[in-house]
Amino acid sequence: MKDNMRDELLSILEHNSRIDFKELAVVLGASEEEVLNEISKLEKENIICAYHTLINWEKTDIEKVTALIEVKVTPQRGQGFDHIAERIYNYPEVKSVYLISGGYDLLVTLEEKSLKEIAAFVSDKLSTLDSVLSTATHFILKKYKDHGTLINKTTKDEREVIIP
Amino acid sequence: MRNFLSDRVAGLKPSGIRKFFDIVSEMGDAISLGVGEPDFDTPWFIRDEGIYSLEKGRTFYTSNSGLKPLRQEISNYIKRTQGISYNPDKEVLVTVGGSEAIDIGLRALINYGDEVIIPQPSYVSYEPCAILAGAKPVIINLKAENEFRLKPEELLSAITDRTKVLILPYPNNPTGAIMEKEDLEKIAGIIREKDLLVMSDEIYSALTYKDKHISIASLDGMQERTILINGFSKAYAMTGWRLGYACGPEEIIKQMTKIHQFAIMCAPTTSQYAAVEALKKGDDEVEKMRKSYNQRRRFLMNAFKEMNLECFEPYGAFYVFPCIKEFNMSSEEFATKLLQEEKVAVVPGTAFGDCAEGYLRISYAYSIENLKIAMERIKKFITGLRNNSQNS
Repeated sequence: MKDNMRDELLSILEHNSRIDFKELAVVLGASEEEVLNEISKLEKENIICAYHTLINWEKTDIEKVTALIEVKVTPQRGQGFDHIAERIYNYPEVKSVYLISGGYDLLVTLEEKSLKEIAAFVSDKLSTLDSVLSTATHFILKKYKDHGTLINKTTKDEREVIIP
Repeated sequence: MRNFLSDRVAGLKPSGIRKFFDIVSEMGDAISLGVGEPDFDTPWFIRDEGIYSLEKGRTFYTSNSGLKPLRQEISNYIKRTQGISYNPDKEVLVTVGGSEAIDIGLRALINYGDEVIIPQPSYVSYEPCAILAGAKPVIINLKAENEFRLKPEELLSAITDRTKVLILPYPNNPTGAIMEKEDLEKIAGIIREKDLLVMSDEIYSALTYKDKHISIASLDGMQERTILINGFSKAYAMTGWRLGYACGPEEIIKQMTKIHQFAIMCAPTTSQYAAVEALKKGDDEVEKMRKSYNQRRRFLMNAFKEMNLECFEPYGAFYVFPCIKEFNMSSEEFATKLLQEEKVAVVPGTAFGDCAEGYLRISYAYSIENLKIAMERIKKFITGLRNNSQNS
């Protein structure tokens, strides 16, 4: 598959991973087989890492609290930040870990059932790690846009119905 | 009381689309595929620039021909896409949409009785604008078997001693047809030989799906014989900002500027500031939208193929132009019935010229989800028609 078609394929899947292969082939102007092969290649190469669903948990009965935690750490000889990052991302409640440039080192997204559990995680698990120097926890109050998608979107076609 | 109306205006045929618009408007829940404007919002950075210009209090008239930086950017844009240079001070005029440029361009050129050649099917305003300018419109009926491209023999047979201007509407609304370099070369040869001028409406130039658009102005000896019209509506999804431009020989732009100055003053200032930003930083956004249109175009072509509906493959704009002659109905009848029975609104081809009888304009400036539902309904509709005709 040509590079530009591959890029287009990825950008379609990034927005709609549930699109069926037949439709994907049609809109890309490729054969179904080509598309299938390319996707399995992308999965093998770990370019496509996973297929997720964006859920607005606020509208469910399930309680969830999300926090962004800025973490300052001491990098370790020979391993830089990788080792401490691994120590942190192995916790299943940790949703993401990014190495960040600027005033702190790691940005950790944490999802728990309650504020209390987040506090417990930060004080018992995160802060007690040897290389962690300090943490700053920010709670998410409301999500407006996530992964490029508006959370409470109401789109209405405001165009006139017939325009020459 | 006497009749105060101008004969010339009263004599204009009302747009064929108007009637259909009224019918569709009454049906609240129809899916419309009848819209000739992008479904995307203007990219945010462009809107933001418009807002910023308002905050800065840039609310005055601009110079008649448009903001100097905008004319410069337009000139740069044409240089980088077509390889030709226009002097931003003398050969570029910023207008209220491409439509104004068509109107004042014709008014600047026409003496009473001059003939303007208009290939159809094409956009609805060429013929009335030509008539209002005092010209005699000469229509060329383009043919589906030529993929609605203008052929040299068609042009030759329309030329008379009074012919002055050829309107060249490509990429085309409503057919989606394009003209490729070899098509244009042949037309350009005739234009030079017969000493004519081209008004090239290239408003859809950014939306092509084969090779990049080529302007006839970029061919040998054609820049001096072309008024190139373009704008921001389609490429940047900026229809409501009403901003277009004309580039051409200094003498013509000067006369057009005169009309523009007296009739309009200047194009909207906020839109002009936003447009500078669009031309400077908009290429990626345009490409994103173009890709998205192309996906929908492929989706529709495939849907037609599956329902066995004849349609040539269009490579421009955001329209497909399927043929419905097999159903023995006029375009208008077909469109009306489709609307009443399946609640899908499409535009009868005849709105864009009599020769488009038997065709429909379907716009793909809609999400694939929308198009999917519409195609299901059209499929159901034509399957019904085919079954009926078999049974009768």
